[in-house]
Amino acid sequence: MNLFSFFRRRRSAPVARERLQVLLSHERGNGGDSELLAVLRDEILRVISAHLTIDDDKVQVKLERGQAVSLLEIDIEVPGRLDQQIRKRRRPTGPPLLPAPST
Amino acid sequence: MARVVVVTSGKGGVGKTTSTAALGAALAQAGEHVVVVDFDVGLRNLDLVMGAERRVVFDLINVVQGDAKLHQALIRDKRIETLSLLPASQTRDKDALKPEGVAKVIAELREKFDWVICDSPAGIERGATLAMRHADIAVVVTNPEVSSVRDSDRIIGLLDSKTERAERGERIDKHLLLARYDAVRATRGEMLKVEDVLEILSIPLLGIIPESEDVLRASNLGVPVTLNSPASAPTRAYLDAARRLRGETVVMTFPSQKRSLISRLLGRKAIA
Repeated sequence: MNLFSFFRRRRSAPVARERLQVLLSHERGNGGDSELLAVLRDEILRVISAHLTIDDDKVQVKLERGQAVSLLEIDIEVPGRLDQQIRKRRRPTGPPLLPAPST
Repeated sequence: MARVVVVTSGKGGVGKTTSTAALGAALAQAGEHVVVVDFDVGLRNLDLVMGAERRVVFDLINVVQGDAKLHQALIRDKRIETLSLLPASQTRDKDALKPEGVAKVIAELREKFDWVICDSPAGIERGATLAMRHADIAVVVTNPEVSSVRDSDRIIGLLDSKTERAERGERIDKHLLLARYDAVRATRGEMLKVEDVLEILSIPLLGIIPESEDVLRASNLGVPVTLNSPASAPTRAYLDAARRLRGETVVMTFPSQKRSLISRLLGRKAIA
């Protein structure tokens, strides 16, 4: 143990306190937010798969809980070119969603 | 071939979760692909000790019940690329963990990782027996203290009867991890010595983790101790233990009583 570590040692408790405050404010509010997230994921996927062919295995849901804001991120890997996919799916029912590429 | 390790103890508060995080990190630091799995349904804490508590989306129960895919529930560690976490659920329904579902998840994890480290809940109930069910190797975390040693003995009995390997008539590798060891108090005769615990439990010693403030600091910060204090005594002990798990022969370091200048001035005891 040196002087540096002696001072540094004092600093970990405030970090622990802050981490717990953020975590518990989320946990107390809703005990099972994984259920909400599963519903959200499924509904978002349903809307998107009406227009695009997507693979359930290529969907990643990420969450970063914060004190004031949380960040919900849903990454969906779409095979091929997005514009082609959209035109392919839309053609039978209506006009293309995107204008045809000029080339 | 993947190895499934259960970190177990019977008694609570002896250092299972800390040891799971530290051993997992130590193996991953050595380049192995590691997943640490929290089996403490309803009282998860491995996410907190690993500093991933804000990023939990889906959990073990979601995967077992088919509400999420395994890859959606795995949380990749931000510091070590080859380390992942599968968190436990906070549900109150303990029966949500089904044996067949767990078997399927473990089989899937075996394909993705070199090491699957299961953090067992305390006790000998469903969660604890499911955590050890598929293990090839057991790390029995014990404190040099009577009730902990007694509970470890019961757990060793369960490992020899309730695991898949035991039921097939195979041997399960059992190792003792002696945690929160205070060399000063052991020398004074106030605490069971290493030899005492080894003689009573008679399983091979994986390591001796000295009682240390570095461990508390690491969990406050949500960083495995091997990453947070790389030069500390507990880190050395965990790194050596991880090497032994990988099959290396490493000379055992016995914590001794050493007092640095500043701790002498402050009248504190430090274990080095």
